Amino acid sequence: MNLHEYQSKHRFAEFGVPVPQGKVARTPQEAYEIAQEFGSPVVVKAQVLTGGRGKAGGVKLAQTPGEAQQHAENILGMDIKGHKVLRVLLDPASDIQAEIYLGVTNDRAARKPLIMASAEGGMDIEEVNRTAPDKIIREHVDPFLGLRDYQIRNLAYGINLPRELWKQFIAITRSLYRCYVESDATLAEINPLIIDGNNNLLAVDGKMSIDDNALYRHPDLAEMRDTSAEPQAETQARAAGLSYIQLDGEIGCMVNGAGLAMTTMDMTKLFGGSPANFLDIGGGAKAETVAAALRIILADPNVKAVLFNIFGGITRCDEVANGILAALGEVRTDLPMVVRLVGTNEKEGREIIDNAALPNMVTAATLADAARKAVEATKSA
Amino acid sequence: MAILADKNTRLLVQGITGREGMFHTEQMIEYGTNVVGGVTPGKGGEWAVGKPVFDTVKAARESTGANASIIYVPARFAADAIFESIDAGIELIVCITEGVPVLDMMKVRVQLDQSRSRLIGPNCPGLLTPDQAKVGIMPGHIAIPGGVGVVSRSGTLTYEVVYALTQKGIGQSTCVGIGGDPINGTNFIDVLQLFEDDPQTEKIVLIGEIGGTDEEKAAEYIADNMTKPVVAFIAGQTAPPGKRMGHAGAIVEGGSGTAADKIAALNAVGVMVAEHPEQIPDML
Repeated sequence: MNLHEYQSKHRFAEFGVPVPQGKVARTPQEAYEIAQEFGSPVVVKAQVLTGGRGKAGGVKLAQTPGEAQQHAENILGMDIKGHKVLRVLLDPASDIQAEIYLGVTNDRAARKPLIMASAEGGMDIEEVNRTAPDKIIREHVDPFLGLRDYQIRNLAYGINLPRELWKQFIAITRSLYRCYVESDATLAEINPLIIDGNNNLLAVDGKMSIDDNALYRHPDLAEMRDTSAEPQAETQARAAGLSYIQLDGEIGCMVNGAGLAMTTMDMTKLFGGSPANFLDIGGGAKAETVAAALRIILADPNVKAVLFNIFGGITRCDEVANGILAALGEVRTDLPMVVRLVGTNEKEGREIIDNAALPNMVTAATLADAARKAVEATKSA
Repeated sequence: MAILADKNTRLLVQGITGREGMFHTEQMIEYGTNVVGGVTPGKGGEWAVGKPVFDTVKAARESTGANASIIYVPARFAADAIFESIDAGIELIVCITEGVPVLDMMKVRVQLDQSRSRLIGPNCPGLLTPDQAKVGIMPGHIAIPGGVGVVSRSGTLTYEVVYALTQKGIGQSTCVGIGGDPINGTNFIDVLQLFEDDPQTEKIVLIGEIGGTDEEKAAEYIADNMTKPVVAFIAGQTAPPGKRMGHAGAIVEGGSGTAADKIAALNAVGVMVAEHPEQIPDML
């Protein structure tokens, strides 16, 4: 789960990282009032869960409250890479002398937290990593020892930070790491951490991602989830306990297991079609789960055919077949459907589907057969 | 022979009195696995599925001589269950539980590296050595004994491949599900090494998916160390970047972890990669 900039910076501040005293506006009028209250130039920043805001014109400097209002008017409602801007953050403008990058993330390959700093702040760190990887100073952290002060000094030294700023830098880095650990973050990033005209460090932009599996430990963070930018179907699926991702193809896929679901998507492509979604219904495939999943798939207007691919392991295919038919009693559709049941009691399962003799439903024996039939169905529809 | 689990496995079930634990313990016993007992704190002295229940892994190991443990406890207790088994000196720990926080797994890794225990998982279907032992949730009847070792990051996709092999009369030495999380106990390389050293295993099927670089590292390992042929399949060629495909570890991030990269890395070292799972039996 990703947090907005204003949420991330608020969280950083709780752990002692200095951030601008910004406020969020939902209307141009609110933006005007906030700018007036600050009584200084402000930066108006679009709050969307995607990068590239600056390039899209979603970040503007305003000298007066009137200008802030005007920028807010332009930015609110703007579409940035498919994300609609519903809020702007107004921060008092800072006097930027230098920009530093400072971030903590999970290093999957090293299986440890990784803290990174670079003097090339303010830029896309992945770009720095591609073009000049040696400009990023890296320290792996032992999760039991925690981040040690000497490691922070290694970072400060590595980025040539003036010595008079080390004390501040050490305090901020400790705070950021604590914030990362205590939030179960997978990423906690300050970019840039600026040196201002008074020789103070200030986190003017921030980003956090939280481990979804750890949200049970952080009900306060779980509440921060912004579902306004994701397709409604994904929000509904999460509520139903389904793993669903909307794509832009025509074949709705309902599969048990994530790896098999990806494979089924790939197969539709291999046979000349395109998947409308990723959907893992998990184990069991009970009628109510199938019905909930089917409703979500059918709500997508691009879907021209539905492909069921269920591997009956512990679950029996005849139970799954009955589950699918029961679900179709609740959720009616005329779209062509291809059902492939394999594994335990697959013959019985196929018989149940065949005996139901639904005019728009066919069975398939293999995955290739199922994918081919689904693709044909979309072509003739 | 086979790897990791066989007739000599003496298995404990952590979480034996839970719904999942009890159901799968029955299935494992029915398959012929030697389940020697279970652990549920607070229920020591009771019996479940005909097996003695203990309060702690230590007590269970002392009484039963268990050398392996399988974990079915809820995600928030899973790391503790793993730590407990490591501390009790259990050689093989299999964690089925899905949804273990990454920071917990980072700590587990450190402890594992300092111990002699091996962890499979978490978020995995476990192991199956046909006709000898089932340590996990794989459907036993889809597998037959033979010479193909199967290692996979997935669950039902693994069953799909094993089933396809069995339909063509190709048996398996051991099927290993290493799990779909970003940080796990055992990776492809560990299992490839075990298969290479196992006399029963003649050929290997590796089933990967998008996310991380484990398949690329496996390709390097294969080039340098494997004499046995490997056939691979990679799921997620149509997955868009930045979207997590069900498994916590299955995500294309910052341009890395794509199926295309993994397939290229495997092809480059002479590993044949199937276009779809049903081609695998013929490629062997």
